[in-house]
Formats: sequence, C-alpha cells, structure tokens
Amino acid sequence: MPFDIPILNPLRAIVGPNNVLTSAEDTIPYSFDGTAALTQMPGCVVFPKDAGQIAGILQIANEKRVPVVTRGSGTGLSGGSLPCPDCIVLCTAKMDKILELDRANLTLLCETGVTTLAIADAAVGAGLFYPPDPGSMKISTIGGNVAENSGGLRGLKYGVTRNYVMGLEVVLPDGELMWLGNKCVKDVAGYSLKDLFIGSEGTLGVISKVLLRLIPKPASKKTMVATFNQMDQAADSVSAIIAAQIIPCTLEFLDRTTIHCVEDFAKIGLPLDCEALLLMETDGHPAVVAEEAAHMERICREQGCLEVRVAKTDEEAVKLASARRSAFSALARVAPTTILEDATVPRSELARMIRFVEAIAKKYRLRIGTFGHMGDGNLHPTFLTDERNTEEMHRVEEAFKEIFDEAIRLGGTITGEHGIGLAKKAFLPKFAGGAQMRVMRELRRVLDPKGILNPGKMFD
Amino acid sequence: MSLPGSHLKNLDYSVLQQCMHCGLCLPTCPTYDATKLERNSPRGRISLMRAIADGKLEASKAFAEEMYYCLGCLACMTACPAGVNYAELFEHARAEAEQSRVMDSPFRRLIRGFTLHWLFMDLRRLQWVGLAIRLYQTLGLQALLRNSGVLNLFPKRLRELEAMTPAIQPEFSSELIRPVTPPQGQRRYRVAMLIGCAQDLIFSDVNRDTVEVLSRNGCEVVTPPEQFCCGSLHAHNGEWELAQVLARKQIDQFPPDEFDAIISNAAGCGSHLKHYSKLLEHDPVYRKSAEQWDRKLKDIHEWLAEIGIAAPANRPGRGEAVAYHEACHLCHGQQITVQPRQVLRSIPNLKLREISESTWCCGSAGIYNLIQPEMAGELLERKLKNILASDAQILATANPGCMLQIINGAKRQNIELRVVHPVTLLAEAYRSESSTRIGDPETVRKGRAV
Repeated sequence: MPFDIPILNPLRAIVGPNNVLTSAEDTIPYSFDGTAALTQMPGCVVFPKDAGQIAGILQIANEKRVPVVTRGSGTGLSGGSLPCPDCIVLCTAKMDKILELDRANLTLLCETGVTTLAIADAAVGAGLFYPPDPGSMKISTIGGNVAENSGGLRGLKYGVTRNYVMGLEVVLPDGELMWLGNKCVKDVAGYSLKDLFIGSEGTLGVISKVLLRLIPKPASKKTMVATFNQMDQAADSVSAIIAAQIIPCTLEFLDRTTIHCVEDFAKIGLPLDCEALLLMETDGHPAVVAEEAAHMERICREQGCLEVRVAKTDEEAVKLASARRSAFSALARVAPTTILEDATVPRSELARMIRFVEAIAKKYRLRIGTFGHMGDGNLHPTFLTDERNTEEMHRVEEAFKEIFDEAIRLGGTITGEHGIGLAKKAFLPKFAGGAQMRVMRELRRVLDPKGILNPGKMFD
Repeated sequence: MSLPGSHLKNLDYSVLQQCMHCGLCLPTCPTYDATKLERNSPRGRISLMRAIADGKLEASKAFAEEMYYCLGCLACMTACPAGVNYAELFEHARAEAEQSRVMDSPFRRLIRGFTLHWLFMDLRRLQWVGLAIRLYQTLGLQALLRNSGVLNLFPKRLRELEAMTPAIQPEFSSELIRPVTPPQGQRRYRVAMLIGCAQDLIFSDVNRDTVEVLSRNGCEVVTPPEQFCCGSLHAHNGEWELAQVLARKQIDQFPPDEFDAIISNAAGCGSHLKHYSKLLEHDPVYRKSAEQWDRKLKDIHEWLAEIGIAAPANRPGRGEAVAYHEACHLCHGQQITVQPRQVLRSIPNLKLREISESTWCCGSAGIYNLIQPEMAGELLERKLKNILASDAQILATANPGCMLQIINGAKRQNIELRVVHPVTLLAEAYRSESSTRIGDPETVRKGRAV
C-alpha cells in the first residue's frame, strides 16, 4: 500500500495505536459504503473519540494535504462516504454517546456517531418523538443523516433531518471548532451557517456533535394498505390526496416486484396479487386521524383501488413500516446488483413520472423495481442488474440519464434524499446551472482551501 | 466439496454478490456491537471473503482469525433483507482458512486431529471419554483435586476450563431409551430420534424426555443406541469432507423414506442437519435422499407444533416463571421462534416471561467459549443480566451448548437458576398426570429405559 507512512505515527499519537487501522484485512471492509458497484481502498482508517481528536487528525491531514473522508456506519446510497485513493477514513462509529435530553426545551444533544434508532428510542423514552426515519435508521448515524440531510418515510408531514437540527459542533479542516445554532426557537444572528453544513456531504467540515429538536408524540395513528391494479392509479390517488389538502405522515409506494421481495423477507402477509401498493399512515388527534383515514380510503376507492386494509394493532403498523424500510435491500433477492436512484418530482407530476420510468425500463430492456416516498414525489426506481455485465450496466447508465432529464423537465430534482456523492456528480452541473455551481465551488474553497475534505465528491 | 483449489474461489460467486452491503446486519452482530469495527461485522467479513474470491487478498492469518472471531450465530441472516446465505459463506470461509494452513501449529493440529478427526467421527470413542470424565467426577477425584488446591498450580485458563467441565450424566441415552419406543395410544407417526453427542453425554435426560414427549403425542420413536455425530462441528470448523462423510452415515442409518420425521432436539445440530442437500449437492448417489432428508428433519418443537401438542393436565411446582433464551441456531439458523413458546405455554402452572434480547447469542456458540473466552464471557454476562431482570426461576433453552454456558455462568455468579430444555418441562408435566403415567413411575425416576 503506497500510503504515506510518516503521518501514521502522529495519527496514532492522537487516537491511540488501536484506533488506526492499516492492514488489508482491516481496511478492505471500509472500501465501500451502501452504494452498489463502487469500491475504493482507503489508506488508513482512524477512530476519534471526540472533537479534539478530530481536530488533531484534520490538522495533520491539512498540513500534509492528505484527503479525509468522514464515515459513520457507511450506509449512504450515493457513494458519499466511499474512500478516495489513499485517504484517511475518519470513522465516527465510536463517538456514540447521547449527552443530554433536555425536557424543558425538548432538545437532545449527542455525539455524531449515535445511531438514528438510539435517538428515536431516547425520544420515545421521554414521551417525545424524533420523526426522521431513513431506511437504514437502525444503524445509520446522526452525523451521516445531517451530512446527507436524510429523509425517510415521514417526510411528507414532518420534513427531513434539516427540520430537526437546532445546532451543530463542526471541526474545520484547519482544526478550528465552531458551534452553530443553539436551543433557541428563533435565532437570526448572522448567516445560518448551520444550514450550510446540513447536506454538505462531508465536504465543508466534520460534524462532531448534533443538537436536535424533539416534538410531542402524536396521540394516535392509523396505518392502512391500499392495493391497485395499475401503478398510475396509485400515483393518481397520491396526487388526489395532496390536492384534497390532506397531509398524512406517510404515503409510501411499492410496485409488484418490490412487494414480492419484501414479503419474501418480512413474511407479514402483504397482498401479492396487485401491481401497486400504497402504505398510508396518518397520526395526530384521534378525531382528525379517523377523519383523514376515511377520506384517504374514499379517494383510493374513487381511483379504483382493489382493497384497503387497516392495520389492526400498533405492532402490525410497525411491521408494515419496517417491511417498507427493507425494500431496497430486499430487492437484492432477485438480482446480484441493485442500483437505485431517487429522482423527485412535484407531486402533481407523479403519474407521468411513473409511466416514464416504466417506458424507460422497457426501452433499455432492464428489470426494474420501483418504490418510494410517493407523498414526497420521491421515487426510488431500482434497476436489477449484475455489475459484471458491462453491456447491461451501460444500458442502466443510459436509462438513468433519461430519467434524470425527465425529472428536471418536470420541475423535479436529481436527488431527493440520497445526496450527490459520486453517483450523481455528473448530473449536478446541468441541474444546478452555472451560477449555483460557481457559488458552491467558492464556498467550498473558503472553508476547505486545500481541498482535503471528501475531494472528488459532489463536484470537482 | 472435494474440488481442488480455494473454497471461496470455487464458490458460486452470486452467493457473495448477494450481499449489497446495506449494513442492516451491523446492529444485530454481537462482535460488531462490541468493537464497532467493520471487519468484525457480517458485511465486513463477506467483503474479505469476496476479496479472496477476487484474488485481491490471500487467505492470511488475520483472515483466518477473523473467521474464528465470528460466533456463527447467524443473527445477520435473520436481519438480512437481501437473503444472503451467510451460513454457507461462513463455512466455506473457515474451510478456506483451514486449507491455507495459516493457523497451523503442532498443538492445534493435535487438538483438531484428536477431536474432529478421531473423537467425533465415532461416538463410541466420545462415550469412552465421557466415561472417563464420569469416573473422574463420581470417584471423588474432581472434588479432591478442586479442594486440594493442586489446580492452583495450573495456568489460569486451564483452571477456568476445568471449572467448565460439564457433569457427565450417570447414564447415556442408550441406557435410558429403548431402540424402539411405542406410542401412547394410537400410532400416528413413526419418527427417528437423533441423540446427538454433547446432548447424549451431558443431557441424556433431555433425550429421554424428548422420546417420552414424542411417545405421549402418538409417535413411535426409533432410537438406535449407536449413532453418529451430525457433522456440524466439522462443517463449522472447516472440515467439509468429514462433514460429508458423517452426513452419508446419518442418511444410511436413517433412510428418510422410512420415517415421517427425523427429530433433533439440539438447535445447533438441527440447523446443520437441515442442510445436507447443500453439503451433498455434488454427490450423485446421495443428493436425492439428502433432499428428502432435509424435508423430513424436524426440530422437536417444530414437529410438536405441527402435529399438535397434547396439553398436559397439570404440572408439579409453584407456578414458577420460566424465561426463554432462544438458541441462535433455532431462531436464526432455523427461524423457529414461535413453536418453543407454544410448547412452554401448553404447560399448566408455568408462566412464560419474555427476556430482553432473547435472540442475542449467549456466547456458547459451539466451541466458541473455549477458543474465544473473552468475547464469550462478555456475552454470557449480558445474557445473565437479561435473565436476572426477568425474575424467572427457570430458564428454558433448546441447545446443550447454551444450557451448559448458562449453567456455568449462573454457578460462577451464585445465581439460583434452573436451566432446562423446554421439552423437559413438558415431560415433567406429562409424568405428573396420574391417569396417563408413562410406564412405571419408579423406572422413570431412576431414569431407566422408558
């Protein structure tokens, strides 16, 4: 390994020799994240335990101009935490303490490596609620969620990670520490730099602590499953629900292929004899919940759904949501390589986008499974392929180009929640346009003048 | 597979590719949970196996050590939405490690030669060793040695191992169970009973109880006194060929078409026994019967739930609470979680109490507690804490390894806890039914043949 040996000893001095990994057996498991078909060996992996150690690592890297890639649990889906050649992987997995749950201010302060599930559980333990629930929430870290501005199944009503970040502790490439934000509900002092770091994909600084907003737990909820004979009926139902000014917390969609894969794994009795399934959940005051649920059911029936089933118990509702969260991984049951995207369109354009994706799959002779957060207009068309089949992989690429172009044409975006990383880097300039690209480049240069943080990601 | 060359390179690549490294296995992996190192996680280990298959990594000592650091608890298989067959990968990876001889040493060769190649290839030999230990224990030698302080002269690890020596049962299964036990009442099924090796030596009473319960539920039970090891120990420790030899012997002894079911009561064995078709997929002679074997092989709880459990009328005792620890190779290896609880719930005068993390490994993991005492100890601690929190007086679990591990842990911490196989509780309840007593109660108490 042609890694710069002279920096290893200073790194060991900072985090201790056991927290610097260099052997092939130790580092191969860090040569990928959750993204398909991307691998790159790092130079070494280091595990800091606090902001001070992160600062030390960054100072060394900055001085020697060694790239640093920050990584939580490595579950990202755009290659954001994929190593760059000969980089230092700065892994935050050992910074996993919840530091404070402030019941008076309804906030939670934690280290960057705490899992999303641990935060959700801590909130529930205090009778509160932390809504963002990305598919990987059982293991994804909050630092990663903030850096990617992760979404989840409840985005429609409750928003995404950004809506819950009140404060961040950030370490800059030169080792300087910054606290951004606070426990105040209102704060307009200066630029909102905190917001700049949310979704920055590890390119501007390393997040070391996160202060989160918690909300009261909804008093009741109702979960329903509606099945359809045609995919665009499901899409039209979603558009009609939104147009009727109902904002349920979840409106998730699975196509036939995805339903079968998920059922094969979770075995919870999903209806298999349909082309599309909508998972709908409304929560809040019991009277409102009952009314919204009835209204949504009516709309689905008007759109010609086959059946609407109501989850009888909380347990069944939780099972349905967890099964949905497993959708992407479950699709791997039917193909060696699953490549998913998260093109997002305004909700009025959903049916059109669904039809377009179907047509593209046919045009390029590709197998596809589509699921996603339909209430957010956020689709996850997933091509079922084999990375060793280069000819087919080429067709996958071409298909995605067309899907992205169509999403942009319909007023949508190339990524709703997974980030740009490496996977969508090529499409960003066209989407963002010249002025935005220039401002982003200049911003990045100011914060990371030597370009050591996640180089090659998002844009060059 | 007796193919030349690397196990991992010869493996169907799609099995490795099945892992799409989403990371959903990480939170369920006990070793990852302890270290937070990807290398100690399922997806990390699979990436190392794949690196070997791709020719990017040699089967190094570090690789081999990693494969033996894995408990093989298979919790990752329950968690994996993509359906990765980690059990198969793990066995091939250990076989690769053995084949590369990177961990080879005269001592290790001696131990493996003695146990895997000799002792467990013929269970009569195992019984002789059992007899020797039984004598050591019953003649008072063990007590003498333990009280004399002589043991203090030995290294700490050896002393710990001595303390872990299980109490050998006064009778082996063949002395407790007739070759053919008739059913109580009408014969509904004809089943074969596998007595296992550790189970036979240390918990032969569990075998007797299993046969009693089967008989009470209308099964004629065939239990040949001389049986073979199922080969799981061999397959899990990189000895594929020996595992294949033993699988063929099993199929020869119990031709699957002669039985309605072949019953195993040890989770670790059952989990392996159900995959003979995979083990013998390239064997033209045995492939077909191995497939049939897999279909007939049933865990005792699974079988009882399938045929319907005759509810006992009563049970002696004071309405104790029983906690259920799920043996990894029952809940993860065989996906059997409901049926043992059904068995426990069918018993009157007994309260089933759920424990936290019931599916988290107790650290026994075959011979893991012997070769990785530190990690095994941490897991045992965690398990005991969860059992204690439940306030149950009885702990039921369906694997001899788990039973021993928890018995030893409770003993070391002076915890009063009865550790039993669920089937034993059911058998006791049946025995207490005065009207439907099995055989002469005196015989049963003395533990002679039923």
